[in-house]
Amino acid sequence: MTTNTKTTSLRIRRSTVGSVVRYVILTAVGIFLAYPLFWMLGSAFKYNADIFGNINILPPVDRWTFANFPIAWQLSRSNTMLFYYINTLRFLIPSIIFTVISCTITAYAVARFNFPGKKIVFTAIIVTLLMPGIAFTIPIFILFTNLGLVNTFAALYIQDIFAVNSFFIFMVIQFLRTVPRELDEASYIDGCSPLQTLWYILAPVLRPVVITVALLSFIWGMNAFQGPLIFLNTPERRVLAVAMRGLMQDEMAVQFGAVFAAATMALLPTLAIFFGCSKFFVESVASSGAKE
Amino acid sequence: MKGVTIDKAVRKKLTFGQWLNTDTVSGYVFALPFIIGFSFMMAVPMFLSFYYSFTDFNMLNTPTFIGLDNYVRMWNDMRFRNSVSVTFRFVFLSVPVRLVFGLMLAYVLTRKTSGVHFYRSIYYLPTLIGGSIAVALVWGQLFQNQGVINVVLGAFGLDGVNWFGNPNNALWPLIFMSVWQFGSSMIIFAAGLKDIPETYYEAAEIDGANKWRVFFSITVPCLSPIILYNLVMQTIAAFMTFTQAFIITGGGPADSTNFLALYIYNHAFNWFNMGYASAMSWVLLTMVAVSTAFIMWTSKKWTFYANE
Repeated sequence: MTTNTKTTSLRIRRSTVGSVVRYVILTAVGIFLAYPLFWMLGSAFKYNADIFGNINILPPVDRWTFANFPIAWQLSRSNTMLFYYINTLRFLIPSIIFTVISCTITAYAVARFNFPGKKIVFTAIIVTLLMPGIAFTIPIFILFTNLGLVNTFAALYIQDIFAVNSFFIFMVIQFLRTVPRELDEASYIDGCSPLQTLWYILAPVLRPVVITVALLSFIWGMNAFQGPLIFLNTPERRVLAVAMRGLMQDEMAVQFGAVFAAATMALLPTLAIFFGCSKFFVESVASSGAKE
Repeated sequence: MKGVTIDKAVRKKLTFGQWLNTDTVSGYVFALPFIIGFSFMMAVPMFLSFYYSFTDFNMLNTPTFIGLDNYVRMWNDMRFRNSVSVTFRFVFLSVPVRLVFGLMLAYVLTRKTSGVHFYRSIYYLPTLIGGSIAVALVWGQLFQNQGVINVVLGAFGLDGVNWFGNPNNALWPLIFMSVWQFGSSMIIFAAGLKDIPETYYEAAEIDGANKWRVFFSITVPCLSPIILYNLVMQTIAAFMTFTQAFIITGGGPADSTNFLALYIYNHAFNWFNMGYASAMSWVLLTMVAVSTAFIMWTSKKWTFYANE
């Protein structure tokens, strides 16, 4: 009896020690991973002299400065950050709308209808998922040049009309598989067409996955660099990600504080979305598998 | 026969609206954007790029067929050979570490830890923001001569490393950056771990297996299809690495971070050697395809499916 309680208490003690160790490790890893982000936030308020040579996140108490933000805001000689934000949104908003619609209906077709060649379509979606983008960038650039689309924002969202992002298609298919078909059938009995069924019956159910698709395409679009770099090459069409590069190219004197301030301002929407809706990401990525 | 005739009779009576609502027609209508997109944004461009790879196209001339010249040029192009080796080095060094981190943290996090959600969010954050220019700019500063990394090394009595001035070192900050973004594979692993039946672990405990034994004899085999998925997806992504190198190192010093994607970009969009760049992108595509096929082929020996 005594030995029994002894081992139990030992086991409990061992498991508490174990879990404390676990939390210490988990927290340490978290701090380690988040450090660059906090360093960026803190350094946005530093003078150049205080940024390097130490590991401090915050500037010395008496040496805070807000001067970096106006400098960063005036991102290029002729335009402020607002201008580049607007340019980003000019391709990003249509891109998100088209992505959501085209990926949802493609997923709807694959998940709910039996049509000849459906297997081929499904295989094509997988192939698209595995296909490295660089293989198409060159021919599409040539094609868009001939169509006069280079240097228009449409060059960055026209592909989204055609559900090229199969990762999102998969996400919606996975979600649709969990939605009972009885819902569709009931709607057909009530005289709804497939489109009406999608719009009135399934769309409300699909809301979480649709929001996730929209949020992820927003964040990826904010991060997007290679596409804007290739397809938009006039200063008036420059998007935020590409304009940010200019900060480091002023070889005379890079104002590092301003670089961090600009980076902070550029990441704000992403961070706001992430902390506001982190549940959407973690759970949806888990259920569908993320690529990046 | 009778059924067919009735069927035909019924079909004749279908109004346009009813015809539109049949499974076949609806399926095609809804899949149409993807079918068009796949044909004209993927398949046709692929063929075009294959064609361009045998030409001297430079955006200004009419493409002339030059046979295998681009491929021969590649063979003799030392910068190309170097960028292939840099790319492979990056893939080999970053992907496995990334997956190991992802798996370890997923494993530690699944067992009824309170605050799982919080920790997972924090670990996932680098993945979400890691592709941005903002983070690339910050990452470069971490590895400056007087940057945080060298300060930390100094605190341990080690010499600071000249990360971006020395061709032997410049790849490492990029590898670390990639490893830092293990979040998405972690989350996928975590989802897989949830599906491993508790009874397996109980049985192992009864047999007296220790933690490591349980991990390698139960967790890893049960998770192997997901390991395969992550390995394939992360390998493909790693082959495509572009932005980080473009921003942080610009491919230098001495081409030591000149990833193939970067080299192709420069040939295509700075120097407009579309023919040559197309040929190189086909080589990259082949490298990705062969690597994926190789992983799939070996996977037969190390993946296990529950229903077998």
